[in-house]
Amino acid sequence: MDFGSIKKRLLKFSRSAWTPFAAIPIALGIGAIVLLIAGYNPLQAYTAMWQGAFKDRTAITEVLIKATPLIFIGAGLAVAFRCSIWNIGAEGQFYAGAVAATAVGIYLGDLPRFLLVPLVLIAGASSGALWGMLAAFLKNRFGANEVVTTIMLNYIAIFITGWLVTGPMIETEGLFAQTAKISQNAWLWRFLPPTRLHTGFILALVLAVVLYIIIFKTSLGYTIRAVGINPDAARYAGINVKRKVLLAMAISGGAAGLGGAVEVSAISYRLYQLISPGYGFDGIAVSLLVNNNPLGVIFSGILFGALRSGAEVMQMNAKVPSVLVFLIQGLVVLSVVAFGVYSYVSKEKEE
Amino acid sequence: MELIPSILFLQSILAATWRMATPILYAAVGEVFSEKAGVINIGLEGVMLIGAFSAYSVAFESGSLWLGLLAAILAGILSGLIFAFFTITIKANQIVVGAAFNMIGMGITGFLYRSMYAVSAVPLGLKTFQSVEIPFLSSIPFFGEVLFKHNIMVYGTLLVVPLATFVLYKTAFGLSIRAVGEHPKAADTVGVNVFRMRYLSVMIGTALAAVGGAFLVLAYADQFVEGVVSGRGFIALAVVVFGRWKPWGAFWSSLLFGIFYALQLRIQTMPDVNIPYQFLQALPYLATLLVLVGFNKRRVQAPKTLGVPYK
Repeated sequence: MDFGSIKKRLLKFSRSAWTPFAAIPIALGIGAIVLLIAGYNPLQAYTAMWQGAFKDRTAITEVLIKATPLIFIGAGLAVAFRCSIWNIGAEGQFYAGAVAATAVGIYLGDLPRFLLVPLVLIAGASSGALWGMLAAFLKNRFGANEVVTTIMLNYIAIFITGWLVTGPMIETEGLFAQTAKISQNAWLWRFLPPTRLHTGFILALVLAVVLYIIIFKTSLGYTIRAVGINPDAARYAGINVKRKVLLAMAISGGAAGLGGAVEVSAISYRLYQLISPGYGFDGIAVSLLVNNNPLGVIFSGILFGALRSGAEVMQMNAKVPSVLVFLIQGLVVLSVVAFGVYSYVSKEKEE
Repeated sequence: MELIPSILFLQSILAATWRMATPILYAAVGEVFSEKAGVINIGLEGVMLIGAFSAYSVAFESGSLWLGLLAAILAGILSGLIFAFFTITIKANQIVVGAAFNMIGMGITGFLYRSMYAVSAVPLGLKTFQSVEIPFLSSIPFFGEVLFKHNIMVYGTLLVVPLATFVLYKTAFGLSIRAVGEHPKAADTVGVNVFRMRYLSVMIGTALAAVGGAFLVLAYADQFVEGVVSGRGFIALAVVVFGRWKPWGAFWSSLLFGIFYALQLRIQTMPDVNIPYQFLQALPYLATLLVLVGFNKRRVQAPKTLGVPYK
């Protein structure tokens, strides 16, 4: 390897590694302008946000708790996006996982803990994977654009959840639109009491590392990326493109479904209509922010967890609507794009 | 069902169909321009939200629905300019930028709505565009109710669709748009400015998407609520595919979606039907899926360079 190419690689690395750090101040800066226009004090708002996220140990663990579903979803999406499958359906896959996990956690609640916990997680992951593979199947078999199908599947999953928690699975005592609590034998371990930090966070870290290894260190990952860069070339090279698409969606949906199962078994202990406040959509930005690198997702997931957690405190203390974080997230993605890391990778039309 | 009630039922469904199709139709016709020129904008949902909020706030503050509509168009054009800058000039991935637009649309409209209007104690409704009964025609039994008692923005679709068809297929401008979507290099060689054509097409697309969003607050509900668009932007994307990238195709296929919306709303109000309402709400989305599945030969008609930046 000659010096020029080493220099090029270093340059490329530093650019992709530093982009998030440049993108965030830009997004926060534009956010500050919007805050000013709407008549808020940006400094006050951002201070409240910062304190909300990092004030003390409990606050920090809450950030990690918020980051957990984002890391699950983001790491999975990184795989799909590397394959150039635009899975916008993590929200629905998360719901699918949460539904299956709740069902197992309630109806098989008598099983001993060492059996029930893995079963709940497996049920969540497989349910999410199946929901994701449905979109892949429709793409492979019928050429249906996955952007549209995954979004439609989001709505359908959310409506099904709404039906379940108001109908067949509604708790027997109490009047809320929610299921009964899952069996205690299905609960994940909160290992740092009195905080709510749970083993699901560790599991998310492990998954991110595993997916990183699969995508960048195995031949399977290489073929998935090859399909993402140029499906035609991949096909000529003998890669079964459709199978890779199916696999990428299974991994992506499975990770999101696992995230849903963890949310149920570690935090909410039950299912209700709004179990995800849009984690599936945040996850898109989480993955894009670090150029779809599952390891980087740990960083961006914690960052977005902090934004979310901080925004809630900002809403309480500075009376600034927390929905502002969506704007900031979108701006973060656009800033990343503007730095050119996300420049276009050849994706000629098939056929 | 008896004959008379079922005719009345059909009449009420069909009367609502065109109205329910209208917001999707505006967005879809706009997206036809954008996609014909080779740019796919999955950020339609966000742009519709921006259009809805601009229309609502300006109409509410000024008391004029028309100013509200104008504001939506301007906001749509501005959104399109930004979208075009990222996807055409910077050549960023169109899906990524579209996803960002959806977040920004949701964030900025939700934020401004909550800081400006959600705290108010007084009712903030608009006096929406009222139905215009076409003289004589509106008194025809059945058809009068279905076709000739709508508000001006619904009738507006009958102006926009033929106009879009004319522009795309009968003018040099339209030919250039189609050329840069099919063979940008060839178009460039004969002197068409590919970038300018794509910018204009994207901006026509977002302006019309914003009009679709504006419809929801000016001529349908009388208020902005967060998430008022509720997936119509995405359904418009499916409508474009189903309508085979043609304005009239978009017209008929959005009417099809209008039927599902109308049916869903109508059945929900029927006391003796025991279908859980969530299934009814899911109907338009389920229909979108089925439609995409049913039209697998669509690739033949897709603009050749859809999603691919030029040079």
